[in-house]
Amino acid sequence: MEYMLFICSDPSAPEYVAAEDSIVEWVAEMEARGVARHGDRLRPVEDATTVTVRAGEVVVSDGPFAETKEWIAGYDIIACADLDEAIEVASKHPMARFGKIEIRPVWPLGE
Amino acid sequence: MLGGDDVAPDLTDVRRAVEAASVAETARITATLIRVTGDWSLAEDCVQDAFARALVDWPERGVPGNPGAWLTTVAKNRAIDRIRNAASEKRAVGELAVLTELEGLEDGSGGYRAAGDDRLSLIYTCCHPALPLDARVALTLRTVAGLTTREIARAFLVSEATMAKRLVRARAKIRDAGIPYRVPPPELISERTSGIMAVLYLLFNEGYSATGGSSLVREPLALEAIRLTRLLSALLKGSPQEPESLGLLALMLFHHARRRTRTDAAGDLVTLEEQDRGFWDQSAITEAVALLAAADHLGVSLRSGPCSYRVQAGIAACHMTAGDFGSTDFARVAGLYDSLAQIAPSPVVELNRAVAVAMSQGPEAGLALIDTLDRTRSLEGYYLLPAAKADLLRRLGRQSEARSEYQRALDLAPSETERRYLGKRLAEADPGATAEFIPNESATATQHERGQE
Repeated sequence: MEYMLFICSDPSAPEYVAAEDSIVEWVAEMEARGVARHGDRLRPVEDATTVTVRAGEVVVSDGPFAETKEWIAGYDIIACADLDEAIEVASKHPMARFGKIEIRPVWPLGE
Repeated sequence: MLGGDDVAPDLTDVRRAVEAASVAETARITATLIRVTGDWSLAEDCVQDAFARALVDWPERGVPGNPGAWLTTVAKNRAIDRIRNAASEKRAVGELAVLTELEGLEDGSGGYRAAGDDRLSLIYTCCHPALPLDARVALTLRTVAGLTTREIARAFLVSEATMAKRLVRARAKIRDAGIPYRVPPPELISERTSGIMAVLYLLFNEGYSATGGSSLVREPLALEAIRLTRLLSALLKGSPQEPESLGLLALMLFHHARRRTRTDAAGDLVTLEEQDRGFWDQSAITEAVALLAAADHLGVSLRSGPCSYRVQAGIAACHMTAGDFGSTDFARVAGLYDSLAQIAPSPVVELNRAVAVAMSQGPEAGLALIDTLDRTRSLEGYYLLPAAKADLLRRLGRQSEARSEYQRALDLAPSETERRYLGKRLAEADPGATAEFIPNESATATQHERGQE
């Protein structure tokens, strides 16, 4: 099954410590295991643009679609046997310690 | 297969046989059908259909010699029919394999291969932490205990439609989020088994702590919880999780033993001290003592560390085996709360420890601990803290301070039952009344467990 990990900030999480950031090791392990499909960081919400089409008109606005204290700082698409493996993979991600991770199953079109 | 009695049996006997089979067989048959088909609703529906058939068939043809095998065959055939009918419409992939396996299922008196494992898989999946807690409870009652959606809805005081929706949502999440149907691997088993026990204990407390009008419909939940914990203990036999499971069973039985004395005729709470010990269920206490001894013995031989339910059962044992309130070994109770505070630190456990210290070393010692706890504000809003404090102050003859603490407790009390209890105590705490220490029963036995949930 494919899952998307939303790597989120969390104001209540411990302070980020660069020396404890194990993202390189995580990527290496998950690629070696064949789990990691694709993932990256995301630029901050200040760089976000929101687009809507209303009555045929494209409306572009600055900023994220919802103002929240938490935001998505990155994402990863992973392929796992089941939710327990996805939980294990997410729990090893450094941002599980410095932020939080939401696991969402991918819902293929037509299913 | 239908080798039952030749004479048509009495209808009540048949109903009793169906009920007994439901208790004994539901989880096993459902668990196996889920494993083979991967379809929770299908499995539950087919099992329910099989019981419905039994209610029609058995009065006419007699109760079969092996009701479990009969029900299994009917449920299995129903599943095969339903899959065939659905398959002819949309030809789902993998259907043939499922049908082959279904047809190959043994249904003789020997039961299924690895039937125990199937039931364990079912319980672990129902209690998966990715499901909301209320859904874990509902799903366990539906699929493991075999209660109907209507029965569960009634016990949780929600409409049948709400409960049905909750169950549909839970089954959908199991399927769509890829929650595995299995006994978890060794690295997860300890944590996940604790999760099951938390669900069972929550279920027990839902039934046990029900008072007043809702108690009639909720009390059966406590019995279901005990039955499910027995099943879990049997399935975990020989595993490192067995001692904790036996400890939980002992704890439930200790509480259950005094169910008739917890409230008076008016529905008011009766404290542990005031309960009539003659009405305690001695056979439940005897069983709980034996289970706890077995759990502790196993815990030592398996070198498993101290676990929360066993310690809590130890505390309950101190209360339940004392001839009267005054002869309770409160020093041992305080010591056990100390151990509990190390395993599962919580301010509620600290409060209970303080009450036990007050009982063994005197009210000043207890009051000092409660004052410290009060200052940390970690139990702010929790009515049992001022209630316990008020009782100690009253015992020390500091009546006006006691009254203001009773008032504080009264303002925070969660329900009418507690408010009535505290109101009575407040009225008694006038300057002329004799100082008498009456600890709140919940403060010593029940509330700390609820506080940890």
